[in-house]
Amino acid sequence: MIAQTPPSPESASVAAERPYYPNTSWRYGLDRLFVIAIWSAIAIAIAALGLLLFDILLDGLPTLSSQFLQGFPSRSAERAGVYPALLGTIWVMLVVMFVSFPLGVGAGIYLEEFAEDNLFTRLVEININNLAGVPSIIYGLLGLFLFVRLLAPITGGRTVLSGGLTLALLILPVIIVATREALRAVPDSLRQGGYALGATRWQVIWEQVFPIALPGILTGTILGLSRAIGETAPLIVVGAVAYISFVPEGLQSAFTVLPIQIFSWASRPQQPFHAIAASGIIVLMIVLLLMNGAAIYLRNRFQKERL
Amino acid sequence: MDSNTPLPNGTSEVVLRAKKLNVYYGSNRAVRDVDLDISENTVVAFIGPSGCGKSTVLRCFNRMNDLIAAARVEGSITFRDDDIYAPNVDAVELRSRIGMVFQRPNPFPKSIYENIAFGARINGYKGNMDELVEQSLRKAALWDEVKDKLKQSGLALSGGQQQRLCIARAIAISPEVILMDEPCSALDPISTLKVEELIQELKQQYTIIIVTHNMQQASRVSDHTAFYNAEATEKGNKIGYLVEYDRTEVIFQNPAQQKTQEYISGRFG
Repeated sequence: MIAQTPPSPESASVAAERPYYPNTSWRYGLDRLFVIAIWSAIAIAIAALGLLLFDILLDGLPTLSSQFLQGFPSRSAERAGVYPALLGTIWVMLVVMFVSFPLGVGAGIYLEEFAEDNLFTRLVEININNLAGVPSIIYGLLGLFLFVRLLAPITGGRTVLSGGLTLALLILPVIIVATREALRAVPDSLRQGGYALGATRWQVIWEQVFPIALPGILTGTILGLSRAIGETAPLIVVGAVAYISFVPEGLQSAFTVLPIQIFSWASRPQQPFHAIAASGIIVLMIVLLLMNGAAIYLRNRFQKERL
Repeated sequence: MDSNTPLPNGTSEVVLRAKKLNVYYGSNRAVRDVDLDISENTVVAFIGPSGCGKSTVLRCFNRMNDLIAAARVEGSITFRDDDIYAPNVDAVELRSRIGMVFQRPNPFPKSIYENIAFGARINGYKGNMDELVEQSLRKAALWDEVKDKLKQSGLALSGGQQQRLCIARAIAISPEVILMDEPCSALDPISTLKVEELIQELKQQYTIIIVTHNMQQASRVSDHTAFYNAEATEKGNKIGYLVEYDRTEVIFQNPAQQKTQEYISGRFG
């Protein structure tokens, strides 16, 4: 902070002759008040998160073992494991990533750089913004109808593919909006510079605009994927099952995911299952951290590359 | 009517010719009836008060106005006798022959080397890229300052160096004409001087049109000067038009129009 000298009596008398009343002590007071307010906001948020983590670690760490990681669901909490759900989550998230990233980024680029500003694109825009706020269970119903029933010949019904596609739809608006924001933040002077050298629209977007927007796009994608990995409701509707005694072997395999497994354990009356639910949460958080870590690593690498 | 006939020029060939050029933004006319000939290997300065349409006219020459959805151009511009607004003309190809340098330096956020190589690469340059980069930087009088840091970001250079990098980038694709839209308005006096010296150098090889607010600059660097002015319409918009176009000495010492006289002597604008 900058050291402030208190106003001397002389300067106060000079100020009195001018039609300005700086009232600095009041303004600095407001400054301090604001700093206290934002500090308390962040302190409360971190304290809540810390408490939650502490509680989960306390409950879940004792039962977190390699046997838990490699085990299958079981009627007894001591023998139950998270392995099929962990692999199910990985499978589903791979589908989500490979579908939602190219589709979302493509749609964002189209809307921001190619589409003309007319009634139709504005309607599409409003719809996308609204879709971002639609409850996830609705996506579950859509997924049930579209992927499980209508496209059953392709998806195989209640499978990894159906679940992944449903979640991909769910986070598509998030990625589209993030992509557009990131593209909009690229200064127009760079596009002009590219065009003035005889670049085509695609060359300008691919070589000049996209690399600069990519870190922002990846940030949006991280947010979207983080949302998808924790979703339970739409997958229950689409037909993930909590008790599964095999590992998914392909896209058309039945599956479960970590949040559903955790939910099913946590809703049992017996205390030992609550403990392994906490262990499941720890595993889920580690997967989430690894995924986000990878995305942040990629983002930083691109940021470095653009100098 | 004003004496805005194209400048007669005995020896050199006309590169760009505007005829009855009118530019509209939506329903507003921004520029009216500009007639202008630009001859080969000359430096032409566009001067005039703000809002007089000089940048708008400049951007017609490489069809940068195409990028603004509401902009519309009437009349004709010929580049070596070809109408550049004819339907069969490819604006992308045109822009590789008529380069542009902008008001604010806008190097790409890439290395100095890549800044130059980008334009060459997208235009299918087949020669030795290292040589082209060196040559272009030499022509832009920047080589000695950056030769040891070609891998560094173009954004790490000073404002004046960035602008010379943008000039180097423009000449790397061997354009025939270079359009400069107030290239020195964001630069300090020393950098400005360097860019002006550079323009004198480049004149040997290129035709240059430069928009400037600085009348000393116009008189220092240009061979011909076009003075634009703006008049208000009943609707409250301004329409720019060409008042007078002549050799730079004539414009600054013995202009035919009273408006020009008033402007260059600082009585308005």
